[in-house]
Amino acid sequence: MSAPAAERVRPRRGAGGEIVVRFEDVAVARDGRLVLEDVSFTVRAGQFVGVVGPNGAGKTTLLRALLGLVPLARGRIEVLGRPPGDARGEIGYVPQRHAIAASFPATVRDVVMMGRLGRYARHGLGRIRREDRLAVEEALARVDLLAHADRPVGRLSGGEQRRVMLAQALCASARLLVLDEPTIGLDLPAEQAFYALLDGLDRTVIAVSHDLLALASVADELICINRTMHVHGNPDDVVHSHALREAYHCEFDFLAGELAHHGRRPGGAPPDSGAPDAGGAPR
Amino acid sequence: MLELAFMQRAVLAAAAIGLVCGALGFFVVLRRLAFIGVGIAHSAIGGVALAIVLGGPPLASAALFAIAVALAIARLTRSGRLSEDAVIGIFFAGSMALAVVLFSLRRGYQQDLFGYLFGNVLAITPGELGVLLAAGAAVLVALALAFRPLLFLAFDEEVARAYGHPVGALEAGLLVLLAVTVVVGVRLVGVILVEALLVVPAATATLWASHYRAQLALAMALGAGAGVVGLAVAYLFDLAAGGAIVLVSVAGFLLSLLLRPLLGRAGV
Repeated sequence: MSAPAAERVRPRRGAGGEIVVRFEDVAVARDGRLVLEDVSFTVRAGQFVGVVGPNGAGKTTLLRALLGLVPLARGRIEVLGRPPGDARGEIGYVPQRHAIAASFPATVRDVVMMGRLGRYARHGLGRIRREDRLAVEEALARVDLLAHADRPVGRLSGGEQRRVMLAQALCASARLLVLDEPTIGLDLPAEQAFYALLDGLDRTVIAVSHDLLALASVADELICINRTMHVHGNPDDVVHSHALREAYHCEFDFLAGELAHHGRRPGGAPPDSGAPDAGGAPR
Repeated sequence: MLELAFMQRAVLAAAAIGLVCGALGFFVVLRRLAFIGVGIAHSAIGGVALAIVLGGPPLASAALFAIAVALAIARLTRSGRLSEDAVIGIFFAGSMALAVVLFSLRRGYQQDLFGYLFGNVLAITPGELGVLLAAGAAVLVALALAFRPLLFLAFDEEVARAYGHPVGALEAGLLVLLAVTVVVGVRLVGVILVEALLVVPAATATLWASHYRAQLALAMALGAGAGVVGLAVAYLFDLAAGGAIVLVSVAGFLLSLLLRPLLGRAGV
């Protein structure tokens, strides 16, 4: 069953706030072929926007365009009124990632401090200042990793490593957090804890996930893409829309709760048929 | 042995190249650049051969040639059409072939070639020592300034890029430092052995230390130590100095491999 609005711990946000992200008729090409086109939406300050779609739909490409890492074939992207490449100091990025190498020679605190690098490099020839240390401690406390601060980062569990990356983004003082499949590989309690953490941050968040229902229960708005934008709106409307079925090329009946029977496959990728890895208990 | 002026210079030179190679070796091992190091080192020989045949300062020519090859490898790999090892393999073989062909134009080329393949730390002049120390200091300062961004890059290139760090320039810069170090080391221990100094001390350090500060300090100490001890061994037993330095370094690695499980990992 889709997450009912009544279970939401907070009201939807964003109406009338400052526009943080604006996509206007964006298209991205790879090897001469459009992998994303006709994408237009805005994200306002404080909103949590989920981007969903089947595998290969162009979700990560959308994020990479937002970060200024891929050129646009058409259209315009603005982050805080600037081109994406110029707003990098304002964006915190938590990539979709495999495990950090177990032997990587740095502690959790070192890796979180990397988020401050752009700031302290501009002041005093790269010397770490007191405010940098404070920001790191605060970010570590935010994600509940203070106790692990001096452990080698490669020895942490997948969920803890995801929180390390979130702390890195937080202490960059980013106003916009960009998360790519932030909960892949996490079990259900870890996933819920991660989203609860995001919920309390008071930042603008754009998260991409193939896990439609997980995002539907936490996001203020959902954007469903499959090469092009299929639907954009509040999660309850999106989840019940015909356009969503079109995007995934399959039928699923949320009201009948059929997906609940499939159970949750923690960390599993959706099958190639394009069906979303959805289901599990409503939150 | 230290009362001899040439030995004093040799000890200083060997310690310095060991120190610099150890520091740079930290990134060579962390980022798996050992094969790039091999490619750059062998391309330096192509530069030397060009200078000897056409006339000109061999080390400056080697430096330019090695830097050009390093940047070409970075550029071609970045374009994504060829894998890095294929690109390195092409430049590696091409530069060596160029060197062999050019040296063969001269009578007695084998001695020249051998001199650069294996180096001669005992023949270093005061002028060369000055160049070595200046270049080594420059490499260490550059490495210190770029250390944190380079570590970020080693952690996650895409995230570093998303935060606005100049990933391409940092990578190219690291390869240029590698090229400069290789060329300076060529005069002392030769092409083949400078590659070993770029890998072995840093790899040994990872056996004993798990944090980058400790790994870096240990790699530099092991590099400098191998230089000095290797030279002493060569002096005492009348052995080839370059080979002795690298053998001491490799012996340290093998000993660490054996001892580490017995002593446990140091908590650093």
